[in-house]
Amino acid sequence: MIAELGLAALWLAAALAGLQTIAGFLSVRAGTTTELGGLIRPAAVVQGVFAGLSFCALLYVFAITDLSVKLVASHSHALKPMVFKLSGAWGNHEGSMLLWVTVMALAGALIAVVERRLPDRTMQAVLAAQGFVALGFYAFLLLSSNPFERLPIPAAEGMGLNPLLQDIGLAFHPPTLYFGYVGLSIAFSFAVGALITREVTPAFARAMRPWVLGAWVFLTVGITAGSYWAYYELGWGGWWFWDPVENASLMPWLAATALLHSVSVLAARDALRVWTIMLGVVAFSMSMLGTFLVRSGILTSVHSFAVDPERGTFILLLLALYIGGALLLFALRASTISEGKRFAIASREGALVVNNVMLSAILAIVLLGTLYPLLTEAFDIRVSVGPPYFNPVGAIFVIPMLLVMAVGPLLRWREDRFARISREMIVLGAILVVALVLIAVLGDVALLPLLGLAVAAMLTVASFLPLRGRKLTRVPIATWGMVVAHFGIAVALFGMASESAFTKERLAALAPGDTTQVGQWAVTLDAIVPVAGPNWTAIEGQLSARIGDGEPISMRPQSRTFWAPPQVTAESVLATRWNGQLYAVMGESAGDGRWQVRLWWKPFVTLIWYGGLLVALGGVLAIIGRVRDDLKNRSVLRRAAERREDMRPEDMRPEDMGSEDMAYEDMRSEDMRPEESAL
Amino acid sequence: MSGWRLWVPLLMFAGFFGVAGYQLSQPKNEFIESRMVGRELPYFDLRPATTDLPGIASAQFGDGQPRLLNIWASWCVPCIAEAPYLEQLQEQGAPIVGIAIRDRPEDVARFLERHGNPYVAVGADDLSEVQFAIGSSGVPETFVIDGQGRITHQHIGDIRETDVPVLLEKLREAGA
Repeated sequence: MIAELGLAALWLAAALAGLQTIAGFLSVRAGTTTELGGLIRPAAVVQGVFAGLSFCALLYVFAITDLSVKLVASHSHALKPMVFKLSGAWGNHEGSMLLWVTVMALAGALIAVVERRLPDRTMQAVLAAQGFVALGFYAFLLLSSNPFERLPIPAAEGMGLNPLLQDIGLAFHPPTLYFGYVGLSIAFSFAVGALITREVTPAFARAMRPWVLGAWVFLTVGITAGSYWAYYELGWGGWWFWDPVENASLMPWLAATALLHSVSVLAARDALRVWTIMLGVVAFSMSMLGTFLVRSGILTSVHSFAVDPERGTFILLLLALYIGGALLLFALRASTISEGKRFAIASREGALVVNNVMLSAILAIVLLGTLYPLLTEAFDIRVSVGPPYFNPVGAIFVIPMLLVMAVGPLLRWREDRFARISREMIVLGAILVVALVLIAVLGDVALLPLLGLAVAAMLTVASFLPLRGRKLTRVPIATWGMVVAHFGIAVALFGMASESAFTKERLAALAPGDTTQVGQWAVTLDAIVPVAGPNWTAIEGQLSARIGDGEPISMRPQSRTFWAPPQVTAESVLATRWNGQLYAVMGESAGDGRWQVRLWWKPFVTLIWYGGLLVALGGVLAIIGRVRDDLKNRSVLRRAAERREDMRPEDMRPEDMGSEDMAYEDMRSEDMRPEESAL
Repeated sequence: MSGWRLWVPLLMFAGFFGVAGYQLSQPKNEFIESRMVGRELPYFDLRPATTDLPGIASAQFGDGQPRLLNIWASWCVPCIAEAPYLEQLQEQGAPIVGIAIRDRPEDVARFLERHGNPYVAVGADDLSEVQFAIGSSGVPETFVIDGQGRITHQHIGDIRETDVPVLLEKLREAGA
């Protein structure tokens, strides 16, 4: 019964998305305030409610393990712990698509309720575009991937969840990325809405910015978590493999990073109008492209569990409809969007443009590398593109971008002279050169890690320079956000470079009692014991690791065998110290009483993920700062409007609401302050 | 910005759409063919995989007679599925040599007893060394070896009913 209610709610939500699209389209075309126009916001809100109910229904059937529902029977198991039963609801294609539309509908409901800054017509176009995008996903769910489908005869027991996926980190990793993708879909709707009405203004950029920032924070967290998951769960010792699916999450992040910087230029300085719109379309294209690559199985990848060519076709059609449509609209309309304000090259905007170009170049490199096998396969040539391409070619653009990132925040908006910040530039240059020389002399380090370490040292100092000479308590929260995010990049870069420069690896066949050395650590295999868990058995290696005569630490990596479905996974173990991680994986039996044990000592590797989290924290601070400013401005405007109302109540007509935008425009003079952050 | 440049993103997307659509419509071929096809067999000399049959060495292939070389294992489920078709091939006159991958003599014997024995010889490849050298990435795979000891054809996966005439034809070509 609950499953049927869930399905009904989903159909109703889809119908409301249809209503939202049609009403929006008609009233935008009519160009005047119509009765239809009044339906759009309520439709968006109720659509959100129904989609939410539908998702709750799915959670419920998974929680009680209702085995008459096909999805539950094929992806869950009565014996699974509750948290994995619930996460099983979205640990599969249908459920994850339902989660996607639910978040999308809730986000649509939120803009319908809170976003009052934009002109009515733009808002209608935005909500119509949002409804149209949602409609495609509803169609996908209802026509080809119904999550509530019943089995003719209930199954006796569920078929479990892929044991690799039975992991708390992974239970929350895909939803995090989805939130990011959905946030970009809202940015996309804003871009399309603005293209339709040709209203690309700073107010528009301000309305779009929290969504871009939010999406970017979720993507950052999602990529960071996904990288850590691959690092400890796959047991290969690496943290990034340039796998198509990893690239699929990295590309939207690169586009979103470019977008959030360009949207800030638009908000603060009314420049980069067309470029911002373009990036809004590209960012969402990249997330849909990512979904397409993962689901269609068109590229071979470690994520092959999610593959189905028929779904691939459906997503490709959606891609053609939305992205093709948006790009067509862009080609037709962009030339009619008036040019924004101009600026000098030596200015904050100039630096941000360079940053945007570099990010777009990196995006193009990753996109090319990811799609290249697809292209050559059409000519029957099979290739696989990996680190030898991505690392050096990416670095060509990453390093200049980081150098500009160090200096850009020091420049003033509109027009500045490099001479003004010559002292800072000399200091940063000196740090860079000294670090390069010191590391090159002291250690035997390859070129890329060497550059990485030196640039990281320089960036660490550079990221705090914007705070120099200011009263820290008076620095806007958004500026703190920028400082923290840029510092996070420096930290992560240091971790990456250190990991690649100083990692020690040892593959040894050990009999109980044997000792091997990796870096400073002496690792002894004490015993091999069998262990049993709730749905697996394992061979466990009991290792003790110590440095010199220090206290030994115990490490117990396992080679686990799951029953349902049968599968062997390596359960690696990490011992974290302040200066790095010792990583141990159990291999196979060598047959003569010895066991393969793989060990790594990875200095400062954890900084990669701490850096990623700092970047995300910077984004959160920026959102808090921006939303707080918006709320403050809004209350100021409301008080101003109330005063006006008190004076001339008879003059207060709907069209006077337009003056709110003008008043708002005046408010933004504060954004012109040179110290205002880019974020 | 104006004019033709605004159409560039759309054209690039159309290009991607064309390639992706074409690729989706193509049957997905997950097999990686051996680079050894057309070349001479690599050197090997394998002990018998079971007590009842002789082992096999690469030197035995250059005697003018074409053969099928079947890479299999007693622990491999698709190998059970292809067993009847290997027997059919043998009944129709194809000499079949087996290489058992990472196997135990008693398991090999039990498999042959249960599912029939189409082989004239089965060598034991305990560490998959010959399998890798010959360019096979899994079990079962079947190679056609001509009278000069050259690999002329590779069949990846289990042999199905429809593959029997194809393999016989390839074997005849290799003998011609």
